[in-house]
Amino acid sequence: MEASPPPFFKRGPSPAFRLGVFALLAIVLMVLDARFGYLEPVRQAVSVILYPLQQVAAAPGAVLGRISGYFTSLTTLQHENAELRTHTLKQAAALHGLEALKRENTELRSLLDAKPQVAPDSVLAEVLYAARDPFSRKFIVDKGLNDDIQAGVAVVDSEGVIGQVTRVYPFVAEVTQITDKDQAVPVQNARSGLRAIVFGNGKEGTLDLRFMTVNADVQVGDILVTSGIDGVYPPGLPVARVTSIDRDGAQPFARVSCAPLGGVDRRGHVLVLTSKRDLPERPAAKESSAAKDKKSTRGGS
Amino acid sequence: MIPLGRPQEILLPVPTGLIAVTVLGALLVNLIPLPAPAIEMRPDFCALVLVYWGIHQPRRVGFTMAFLLGLAMDLVDAGLFGQHALTYVAMLFAAIVLHRRVLNFSLVGQSLHILPLLFAGDLIAVAVRLLAGYELPTPTHMVGSLVGALLWIPLCVLFRLPRLPKAGIDRV
Repeated sequence: MEASPPPFFKRGPSPAFRLGVFALLAIVLMVLDARFGYLEPVRQAVSVILYPLQQVAAAPGAVLGRISGYFTSLTTLQHENAELRTHTLKQAAALHGLEALKRENTELRSLLDAKPQVAPDSVLAEVLYAARDPFSRKFIVDKGLNDDIQAGVAVVDSEGVIGQVTRVYPFVAEVTQITDKDQAVPVQNARSGLRAIVFGNGKEGTLDLRFMTVNADVQVGDILVTSGIDGVYPPGLPVARVTSIDRDGAQPFARVSCAPLGGVDRRGHVLVLTSKRDLPERPAAKESSAAKDKKSTRGGS
Repeated sequence: MIPLGRPQEILLPVPTGLIAVTVLGALLVNLIPLPAPAIEMRPDFCALVLVYWGIHQPRRVGFTMAFLLGLAMDLVDAGLFGQHALTYVAMLFAAIVLHRRVLNFSLVGQSLHILPLLFAGDLIAVAVRLLAGYELPTPTHMVGSLVGALLWIPLCVLFRLPRLPKAGIDRV
């Protein structure tokens, strides 16, 4: 049995008291972070301190990757090379057509007095690691504020949209995948031109096309591309393919599932589109919600 | 206070450097990028090391350290700022409260104590996330805690090594 310690053994406040103080502090931090987002400067500072540690931790994996890459057999490389060659040829043919179309497009646009479209600048970034957090779908890339990456820009790969940069630190950036819960991408159906918003649902490899009326013009196999009306994603990037449609007359909306086209979960390198389009000032919040209503009724008809 | 059941071991005192190095090492191991399936199975090494020192040296690990370590993990995990901090502080508290009891058991018995402790940490994280409006994680997420409890045994053996009395020192 232990008696209470003599007063000359100073032990400070009891563990329970300390638990209370620190738990309260943690809860305050969480509320500040979740509700108000006041803690960005703190995050930036901690991130800079942690950066060397992250580099050290990632080093063994990088070295292993390099070693295994060195031992990739010659035949695999030759095979890949040939494949890439044919791919380039095919793309070159398409590109010639594209050049002509681009020229034509700029001429037509100038005729119509429309703004020229800007080709987005991009930065190649390496995926450092996937966030360990089981609740969200995010990964960290090795480019940050130093490479002119801003929060909010789109992240793509050769196949389509992967996600959006949600936080930028000096040397790294945090990318939220489009499959993250409630991550929304405004899209347009490439076949019918119907505009909609595709939402992540937190599951790997599926997206939901929400708020589509039961009779909306959507078919299985339709390709959804970014519509560009949000000002975040440049228009025309492929996002997802519709995989199943459940039109239940009893429900107000059809249940449309899609599969992302980009290698959302399986890319080692991604392109971060750095240039933001200079769009006119956003209208006030009230007006924008009214515009949204208008859009959804139009989409439904 | 002599533990019942097994003889009291006399070990060298723990240098503060050892605690710092092990905690930093745990943070480093947590930072190692892994492919997706392995990531779900990975135990939280920071929590494990923190609980270890909480049980073995309850006076030497502070809540401040647990808190700061938690903040670092929150940043790395791209999660809610303060969630790991809360979890770690709570786990350290539990470890300090339990330390007299746990040390009386064999290593297997100890790891059976660690298992619910790690699960409790998981539960706090889940509760916080549910309150913040996230969805439940997949059940496989809990496998990490199971692995962590199993790792308790090698961890104890490993951390005891630098504290073993030097050979021959008592024979002089």
